[in-house]
Amino acid sequence: MGFNLVRLIALLTVLPILGIVAYIIIQGAGSLSLEFLTQVPTNGMRSGGIFPAIVGTFYLTIGTALFAVPLGVAAGIYISEYAKDTLWTRLIRIAIISLAGVPSVVYGLFGLGLFVIFLRFGTSILAASLTLSIMTLPVIISTTEEALRTVPARFRIVGRSLGATQWQTIRKIILPQALPGIVTGVILGLERAAGETAPILFTGAAFFLPRLPSSILSATMALPYHIFVISTQVPGMPVQIQYGTVVVLLIYALGMNLIATLIRNKARKNRQW
Amino acid sequence: MSEKALILRNLRVQYLDGMESLRGITLDVEPHAINVFFGPAGGGKSTILRTINRLIDLDDIKQMEGELLFHGKNLLDADVDVTELRRKIGVVFSRPIPLPLTIYQNVSFGLEAAGEKDKKKMDQQVEKALKQATLWDEVYDRLNEPANTLSGGQQQRMCLARVMALEPEIIMLDEPTSALDPISTAKIEQFMQDTKEKYTFILVPNNVSQAARMADTAAFFLQGELIEYGVGKSIFVTPKDKRTQDYVEGRFG
Amino acid sequence: MKIKSEAIITRGIKIAGFSSIIFLLLIFAFLMKEGTPALAEVPVGELFNSRWYPIEKYFGILPLIGGSLMVTFFSILIALPFGVGTAVYIAEIAPQGIKQLLKPVIEILAGIPSVVLGFIGIQVLVPFTRRFLDLPTGLTAFSGSILLALISIPTIVSIAEDALYAVPRSYREAAIALGASKWETILGVTLPAARTGVLTAVMLGIGRSLGETMAVMMVTGNAPVIPNQWMSFFLPIRTMTATIASEMGEVASGSTHYHVLFFIGIILFVLSLIINVTASWVSFRKRTREQLVS
Repeated sequence: MGFNLVRLIALLTVLPILGIVAYIIIQGAGSLSLEFLTQVPTNGMRSGGIFPAIVGTFYLTIGTALFAVPLGVAAGIYISEYAKDTLWTRLIRIAIISLAGVPSVVYGLFGLGLFVIFLRFGTSILAASLTLSIMTLPVIISTTEEALRTVPARFRIVGRSLGATQWQTIRKIILPQALPGIVTGVILGLERAAGETAPILFTGAAFFLPRLPSSILSATMALPYHIFVISTQVPGMPVQIQYGTVVVLLIYALGMNLIATLIRNKARKNRQW
Repeated sequence: MSEKALILRNLRVQYLDGMESLRGITLDVEPHAINVFFGPAGGGKSTILRTINRLIDLDDIKQMEGELLFHGKNLLDADVDVTELRRKIGVVFSRPIPLPLTIYQNVSFGLEAAGEKDKKKMDQQVEKALKQATLWDEVYDRLNEPANTLSGGQQQRMCLARVMALEPEIIMLDEPTSALDPISTAKIEQFMQDTKEKYTFILVPNNVSQAARMADTAAFFLQGELIEYGVGKSIFVTPKDKRTQDYVEGRFG
Repeated sequence: MKIKSEAIITRGIKIAGFSSIIFLLLIFAFLMKEGTPALAEVPVGELFNSRWYPIEKYFGILPLIGGSLMVTFFSILIALPFGVGTAVYIAEIAPQGIKQLLKPVIEILAGIPSVVLGFIGIQVLVPFTRRFLDLPTGLTAFSGSILLALISIPTIVSIAEDALYAVPRSYREAAIALGASKWETILGVTLPAARTGVLTAVMLGIGRSLGETMAVMMVTGNAPVIPNQWMSFFLPIRTMTATIASEMGEVASGSTHYHVLFFIGIILFVLSLIINVTASWVSFRKRTREQLVS
């Protein structure tokens, strides 16, 4: 009897998810056309395409990656390979957990205070990317650490015993083996960053900017913010355009999810241990 | 009296968890010979090997004291270049551990780490090492395949080749044949006999019979202490200490 | 040469390792810098009373805190049974084939941006709520809780699932050997054994809900009223996160309103810190206790 209850619960959980995705696609697929994806908006966003928003989200993703990946992967390497079990290391772990729990809107406030105002970057792609990258750091650090941890210890011992230094061992053996796991984590982290609205609200997102951003110091349109505004603040906004924009963001996010999953599965098959 | 390959004087090692691993070991390692360190598990043999090439640095040790003289230099000193040391004193472990690379990359790994850039020279050294390990004929046409496609015996010989590519002075083998079938075991034992003019071996054998077969010198360890040391096979035939005799005769182990 | 470049790399890696501490401190510092002036500019009594109307200088944040607490509480009430139930199904009952279908679906939910869920909320949930429950508006705490539940379910499922997997097989086998049915085993042995993990999952779910901005902002109606009766659940309310997000764009930098918004940010920061650190401390303690026992 309990089995059926739990079966029902699982079904009731899964159905809405599939329902939501299906509903969005059904409602919005009709608006997807080449013009929609490649033209700029017109008529106060009520017609035309959403190209600047797509490009803006893309820029923000790249910007986030540029800052978060080197820093995050290096930090993950430090925790996994270099850090000894001291108080400082425990503090670092606590810091990572804490950073992971900070609400996205608080990151927005932080970005506003530090990057937009204090460092005078203004409302810009730069400020928004930096904000998003700090928000993405915990995910990248954790998945890097985990990926490194799954590489067996014996490889490190062998590497050192053959006269390699610690960094050589990491670079030539450990890191390459951990790379698929790291890449998966990076993609998932970037996927989340791409879909976030609150951190870019006051740091870089603009609504009425129907042309492409000219530099990293200019603001930009972005898909999540665009969706938010057109669904809540634009009177007479055609519903098809709203659904169409949502479909685009959904494809962007779930597409990255899919790529990450494929990489993870392929790596598991090709593992040499 | 020729120069000893290694001189241990009162070597003491203690781990962080309080277990005293080595209690004052004093012995000489004879050059160009197979020096056997044998005894029951927990005797400290593996610890000595890990100390000799300073792999023990990767563990949580409390202290290391004493002298470990290699060409007159105490290897326990802080200013020893451990990466260079490990090229001169190589180790083969009890299970074959192929790196997740190709056969060629496994054997050339130490050379690359040492900074060798000349591809032709590396090719030559890899071939030479594989030939010495009697593996060349079996792998010469598939050097670029992953190393884990080899059989257990082949992998262990590759691990040997990997060490030999660096042209070490001393090769330490810690129960190298425990995972191998008798034929592969014989190959490795034969290899040691054939090459001892070139290298000095320290062998931790799998069992007393292997010890007796291979020993040019033999040291019996029990719980971190050196109980008895003998040249040749004398220790197996006429052990001086009762504990050695009991172990050799199979009364414990 | 080689040694030198390696030393530089090692130094860089070490600095990167400590960067998380640096950033955490930076966030705290900037929140304090812009938020603490609120304490000076607004008397504490006013700050913590129940009128939030910034245009007329009423900065009482209680309704906002109340709103956040209410939507979070009810969202966990909904998400907990569904999340744990699904986790139990996946970990203990589902055949391999179904498991391989279920898990990606949960991951899909985790990957849906919250603004998309908010959008569906507006398009579907809000009108439905209004009609079905016969309310003046569908923008309610109820709608917000439903969306928040959806958002926290993946977190709860994955952590609870891990906790269930971690229960040693010997526990289950012992129960069955004593004559318990599979369901009795799950209820009486496996779940209790996994309770620390489930607790951790709930705490992290709470943290997630508390910190969510867009979805709630889009469906809860943005009425900063203290939810002081059960009926308030079916009326519009305002959360802390939604307040910051919707009003920050309109404030003058350096104004009192600006400082108060940052002050709310401090509260959110501290709350989420407490929740997340507690959750990980709880699971860490369980793990060390396990290691001591085994």
